[in-house]
Amino acid sequence: MSGQADEIAEVLAAVEGVRAPDRRRRVTADGIDLAVIEWGAEDAPPLMLAHGGFDFAATFSRFGPLLAEGGYRVVAWDQRGHGDSAWAFSSTWDSDLRDAVAVIRSTSDRPAVFVGHSKGGGLLTTLAGCRPDLCSALVNLDGLPSKRPHPDVADHERTRMLADDLAGWLDHRRRARELERRPGTLDELAARRGRMNPRLPMEWLRFLVTVGARHDSEGWRWKLDPALRFGGFGPWRPEWMLYRLAGVTPPFLGVLGLVQEEMGWGTTPEDLEGRLPPGGRLVTLPDTGHFVHIERPVEVAGLVLEFLGEVL
Amino acid sequence: MNNDRTEGAPEVGPGEPGGSGDSVETVILPHMRVELALHRLSEGGRRGRALLLLHGLGEATPSRIPSWAELWPGPVWGLDFTGHGSSTVPRGGGYTPEVLMSDADAALGHLGEATLAGRGLGAYVALQLAGARPREVRGAVLADGPGFYGGGVGPADPMLVELSVPGSPHSPDPWALVELAHDIRPADYAGDFVRQAAHLSGLEQPVTVCASGRPKWLAGILEDVSVKVLDPRRPAEALRILERHGDTGFDTSDATAMVLRAALAAYID
Repeated sequence: MSGQADEIAEVLAAVEGVRAPDRRRRVTADGIDLAVIEWGAEDAPPLMLAHGGFDFAATFSRFGPLLAEGGYRVVAWDQRGHGDSAWAFSSTWDSDLRDAVAVIRSTSDRPAVFVGHSKGGGLLTTLAGCRPDLCSALVNLDGLPSKRPHPDVADHERTRMLADDLAGWLDHRRRARELERRPGTLDELAARRGRMNPRLPMEWLRFLVTVGARHDSEGWRWKLDPALRFGGFGPWRPEWMLYRLAGVTPPFLGVLGLVQEEMGWGTTPEDLEGRLPPGGRLVTLPDTGHFVHIERPVEVAGLVLEFLGEVL
Repeated sequence: MNNDRTEGAPEVGPGEPGGSGDSVETVILPHMRVELALHRLSEGGRRGRALLLLHGLGEATPSRIPSWAELWPGPVWGLDFTGHGSSTVPRGGGYTPEVLMSDADAALGHLGEATLAGRGLGAYVALQLAGARPREVRGAVLADGPGFYGGGVGPADPMLVELSVPGSPHSPDPWALVELAHDIRPADYAGDFVRQAAHLSGLEQPVTVCASGRPKWLAGILEDVSVKVLDPRRPAEALRILERHGDTGFDTSDATAMVLRAALAAYID
């Protein structure tokens, strides 16, 4: 056990600026137990931070504290099936939205700043669009829609339906009850994650294991519902979210990393021409991949805080 | 499936919604995070391909075999979808027709091959499973019933309702009633399932529509040559099919039951 503690201490020493949450709490949303973490003063203006698919709240362990230092109560939560939240019977766009509303309501009666990455950006953009009363300003970090499928939004991606896609999905669900995340050493899990996030430095990948996986007698396992699966099919078309973007009410900032990655949504500035809400801003980051807040935490937090300083 | 376990019929009176007083066997299928109740409704007919009934939104497997299914030579089963009947009512919703298709697929895994007969939402699920498991589904019959229409064919605003459900979960799950009455069903999406069934099932017409309702998702597939339409308002073709099968045990005044009977007759090997 002390070996494991030493290993974690070594990992933490190697990453710059990460900070453990100031508070941890649980929220029950329609019977689903959600894990919430916070940075910053409890009486500061609330800022909701939503992670992407196959990710978790602690991914914000560097970016969240930077926003908190800017004067916000930063609240991040593990979406159902992710991190320390419950594995639900099912998760859909609407159920994730309801969970988000439950976390927001548990935080404050005041409208909150919404900041979301990837699928979390799409979720909060949708929520700001249909519940503008809950949102004071919206920041979308590389979760801006386009006509391309979104790899981390399985239930809403519509691919060409081939027999193998459908049968593969059904086969996975037939097996899902017996499935477990594969155990491994800390470095093995970091390497697996590195295949999805080839631009993240190894020290960050190792750090993500310590916060996104749990250790048992067989080793580390990602804290992800084994029933979750990349890709998929369904009636939803990615461009439908794009159509909604222009109608978003709160002040809007979009941030795009210009280096395309497997986990990214592949959206280009050209895809967004004429699609931003009135007054909406788009910042593009060259030489930056999908995880803009991990690759450039200080710069992206600065962009967000500068934007909020102007619009709030 | 190794995890299946068989239980006696629940203590529910005949004819009660969600009950299975006349079912001869209920198999509990562990699937994902729920347990699904699969009821066998026919006493005999253990040999031959199964007929699997898929109920509508808010319904459960009927307590008795419907009259129009009595001609089926093999066993007749009915599945209670998640959140319905005797199946698990989970917490937190998250229902989609695709999730229910996966429920029906679990039943298919238990039964092997089956012909499907779905009502309302169950009809849409039957269509999906016919496309997803074209070699195991030997015909899908689509009938009117609750949940037939869904939430339209195009983008819709999210359903951000807040339900306060007192007490322990109960059937039918209010989240199922909300979410599955508003799911999006693009016509070309439904068409994809039809095409897949047509290309891979080896059946000339793997889908038979016996409904008089015309949801937009359904309207898009009616012209497909691989979809047979037996409209209860025009039962002449159904009569011809039944005559061809030498079937006379039906009530000609009940056109809806007659077309369903004819649709099943056409899928008997």
